[in-house]
Amino acid sequence: MLKSEVITLKFPYTEKVLEHFRNPKNVGKLEDADGKGLEGSPACGDMVAVYLKVDPETTVIEDIKFESYGCASNIATASIITEMAKGKTIADAKKITWQEATDELGGLPPVKRHCSVLAVEGLRSAIRDYEEKHGLVSEQEPTTEEVVRSRLKHVMNPMAGLDIVRTELVTKIEVKEGIVRVVLDLPSSHQFANAIKEDLVEKLEALWDVKEVKVVFTEG
Amino acid sequence: MFDKITYLDNAASTRLDERVLEAMQPYFFEIYAVATSEFGYSMGIDAKEGLMDARGSIASTLGASEEEIVFTSGETESSNMALKGVAAAVRKKKGSHIIVSRIEDFPVLNTAKSLERQGYKVDYLNVDSEGIVDLEQLGSLITKETALVSIQHANQEIGTLQDIKAIADICNEKDVLLHTDATHTFTRVPLDVKEIPVDLATISAHTIHGPRGVGALYIREDTPIEKWMDGGYQESNRRAGLENIPGAVGFAKAVELVAPEENRRLAQMRDHTISKALEDIPHVTLNGSRINRTPQNANLTFHYVEGESMTLHLDMRGFAVSTGSACFSRSLEASHVILSIGGDHERAHGSLRFSFGRYNTMEDVDAVLGALREIVERLREISPLYAKK
Repeated sequence: MLKSEVITLKFPYTEKVLEHFRNPKNVGKLEDADGKGLEGSPACGDMVAVYLKVDPETTVIEDIKFESYGCASNIATASIITEMAKGKTIADAKKITWQEATDELGGLPPVKRHCSVLAVEGLRSAIRDYEEKHGLVSEQEPTTEEVVRSRLKHVMNPMAGLDIVRTELVTKIEVKEGIVRVVLDLPSSHQFANAIKEDLVEKLEALWDVKEVKVVFTEG
Repeated sequence: MFDKITYLDNAASTRLDERVLEAMQPYFFEIYAVATSEFGYSMGIDAKEGLMDARGSIASTLGASEEEIVFTSGETESSNMALKGVAAAVRKKKGSHIIVSRIEDFPVLNTAKSLERQGYKVDYLNVDSEGIVDLEQLGSLITKETALVSIQHANQEIGTLQDIKAIADICNEKDVLLHTDATHTFTRVPLDVKEIPVDLATISAHTIHGPRGVGALYIREDTPIEKWMDGGYQESNRRAGLENIPGAVGFAKAVELVAPEENRRLAQMRDHTISKALEDIPHVTLNGSRINRTPQNANLTFHYVEGESMTLHLDMRGFAVSTGSACFSRSLEASHVILSIGGDHERAHGSLRFSFGRYNTMEDVDAVLGALREIVERLREISPLYAKK
């Protein structure tokens, strides 16, 4: 590259993502938060904390802040999602999907989407924390195949940027006496095998009545 | 904002030296024939001479003879050839046991895993907190069935230098073949095969301002090795495929251009980076050894912040460095090297590798550290881990 040329940098992210990465909105902590959520992903190591101030009468989110120990897509998604949630009732904020957040950012590279899901989960877990503290949660439901399937919709298939359920990587789910067995249509030698496994195990181990998670790969 | 890119990722690839290109050019436009036998046409004989001279010059740098050097397409091919070729050649005579270290680069590590799937037994040697292999464990793992030991000369990420003499002596004494991946030491740290009895060594041009796509495998005379890629009879029937003569000539030129003075200069940049980062920025850990280290490598963890965020901020300011963070890697896995030296995911996550080359200066080092200091501070402000401190 000649010195006289104008240096053009090529980034794998949209201008909107870069803008939120450079100058993230609603950064920090709320000391007297009404709801707090901390979500982490062992697959990539990222972490997001979300803090809420909620009006008890209207359940409107009056203030929201986040902290991130993560990569660019994690920081940008957390930033945009706090903007989207502010001013909404917790019922409406809960409905914000990861797809809506990434659309708002102009898209994310498929391989990076799992880092952004974490930000959405951070918001939901802060709302859940608020609901639990304010007696708004119903009884804990036992883990069934369906519960597992819906949790697995939060585990990304990095090849597609979609979850492992929709991309049909999950071929079988069994739940028996607290032991969950998941069969994946993927050989153990695959580039992403370990990353997916770690992510999956962490999501399912968080369920209150799950004792053990077994992941079975399909060889050949 | 800035008028140049400061490239500090020379362990991955390097800028070609103009003098290398100049040496290669005739072999693209004037002497472009294949290397023929001495009974061929003149241009082919000229091509052959170019290839032989390159081979001779690379051999002498290693203290080897010309016949012991086989040109390849680079590090990956050389290491595949060493492990697969030797494993196949000695399987019947000796056995199917292979030993590699846990911190090998992917060409060795994934070749070992591939052999494991084919029925070989592979043991992965532990390393200590600086990345030095456990010599006692090595001695105890070697059996009569051991076909090959493969331990790198220096590490690709944390720059740790192995005591390759001690490793070679153990293998030699137990009569086991030894391959070493010398990609990150060749011409930077002396390796003379007359003094250090390694049987095979991987070397490559891409780390020393040579062309990419060319490397070599040193194979000690009489080492049993099968041809693993089928085709013609090039390279004394050891490596099939049209010889990359411009590449070989460029490789030899690149080797010739590395001066001891340059290696001292790289070591100064390395030492300055390490000491300045540790002094100026709080919560920084050095990865690897302070002493047993290649001259061109510095690897540090900046705790409570994530690597890809740091590299992207640095990129926006014109600095290219790499990180062991899972977010940065193609497999989405944290650096196996940092995890193997006893680091946790957090240590890998916040690690940055600076690898220096011919075109870097001390000013570059000061500039990148100055930028990094601000970036780390900003990212820590938004980190939930740092807030907990």
